[in-house]
Amino acid sequence: MDYVNSVIQYLNDYFAYVMQYQDEIWQAIGQTFVMVGISIAAAILLGLPVGTLLFLCRKGQLYANRWLFTLLNSLVNVIRSFPFLLLVVSMIPLTRLIVGTSLGTLAAAVPLSVIAVATYSRLVEQSLLEVPKEVLEAASSMGASKLQMIFKFLYVEARSGLVLGLTTSTISFISYSTVMGIVGGGGVGDFAIRYGYQRFETEIMVFTIIIMIILVQSIQFSGSLASRLLDKRRS
Amino acid sequence: MISLQEVSKSFGNGSDRYQAIDAVSLDIAEGSIHGIIGASGAGKSTLLRIMNVLERPDSGRVVVNGQELTSLGGRQLREARRSIGMIFQLFQLVSNRTAYGNVSIPLELAKVPKADRMKRVQEVLRFVGLEDKAKLYPAQLSGGQKQRVAIARALANSPSVLLCDEPTSSLDPQTTAGILDVLRHINRTLGVTIVIVSHEMEVVNGICDAVSVMEDGRLIRTYQNNAGRAEAPEQERGQGYRSRRGSEESD
Repeated sequence: MDYVNSVIQYLNDYFAYVMQYQDEIWQAIGQTFVMVGISIAAAILLGLPVGTLLFLCRKGQLYANRWLFTLLNSLVNVIRSFPFLLLVVSMIPLTRLIVGTSLGTLAAAVPLSVIAVATYSRLVEQSLLEVPKEVLEAASSMGASKLQMIFKFLYVEARSGLVLGLTTSTISFISYSTVMGIVGGGGVGDFAIRYGYQRFETEIMVFTIIIMIILVQSIQFSGSLASRLLDKRRS
Repeated sequence: MISLQEVSKSFGNGSDRYQAIDAVSLDIAEGSIHGIIGASGAGKSTLLRIMNVLERPDSGRVVVNGQELTSLGGRQLREARRSIGMIFQLFQLVSNRTAYGNVSIPLELAKVPKADRMKRVQEVLRFVGLEDKAKLYPAQLSGGQKQRVAIARALANSPSVLLCDEPTSSLDPQTTAGILDVLRHINRTLGVTIVIVSHEMEVVNGICDAVSVMEDGRLIRTYQNNAGRAEAPEQERGQGYRSRRGSEESD
């Protein structure tokens, strides 16, 4: 009994201690949501079309085009192979051009969006490659236009893979966003580093890591669930 | 109805190049069921794909419904294809759409208003005997049922021609007979011209009015086949159709 009481006491003290930073924590969570939210939007609005184009430009596909494929393919690979911090730094001039400043949460969202487009487009390409080629043949025989083939056949058959890919991507965007303190982007990761690690407040660091774990777990859970519900390919 | 004039098609380049179709001419009469038979690799599936220009021939003309398909491109060709239905050996249904959803696709492509679409989908599903399976996904259907959905999908736009690529080759003999009955029924009641590619002699001889034999990309002969018309008296056929349907649904 004493043991239980002391654990409860400890947890109480722990929360009281952590909660003195609650404003900062909420602000950090908000910044993470802004950065990751913009990256997800970029992934869907640009990554999906780029990934689709990557797929369609492949040999034997609808828009088979070796030059465009090679160009997009290497662009995506180059962006993905950059050490991320160096990508952030080297993009500063472009960031300044787009949002007017190179510092802050919005500025941090720019390089994050670039990596988001590269990451998700590759996963989109992979999901589309799994769609049986015969489905597109049936589409042609029905007189589908190219846009109809993409929206009524390709995306419909690949939808569970597209959702799963977006889930995986979102989690890596969260991971990338943790280092955005370097350009004043803030966020949960930055909070953990500045308050927890650099000020030797291990309690704060542990608390933030727990928040991250809960966040990632719930995203993965909902993504997997949605993907499973959308997948009717097996009974 | 369908007229192929000296069509040729080759695949590959350089030393890998081979002649899949070699100067084939063929006329298929309106309202008939025409079979194309041959060993695998004889070019029969390619010939079928030339009829709706899924494969564009290197030379020669394809005329369907009085329209020269080989002279069309883009939008006009897509529109012409809407009056040519096609079914396949492996059904090629969209697996993330229900039976209803699959049959609805060609109507959506043709931008048919929703209310008309609903009516038409139910109508063709009833025609193939699957009105009670509308809400099921392909994975929940048997092979024969999947092929019926594919047939309903091909019929949705009221085509004048139905191209069948090995339509029964992945089905057991009993289900095969059921599908052939459906095809015969389509031909008799709707007057749709049907072309069937198959490597199974019984399939072709059992249902076709005329049969063309292919070998190495050439048409070596075409013969009339009266068995197709004279087969099973009307009454017996009707019963067979119903009882096979019953037995198929119970599996």
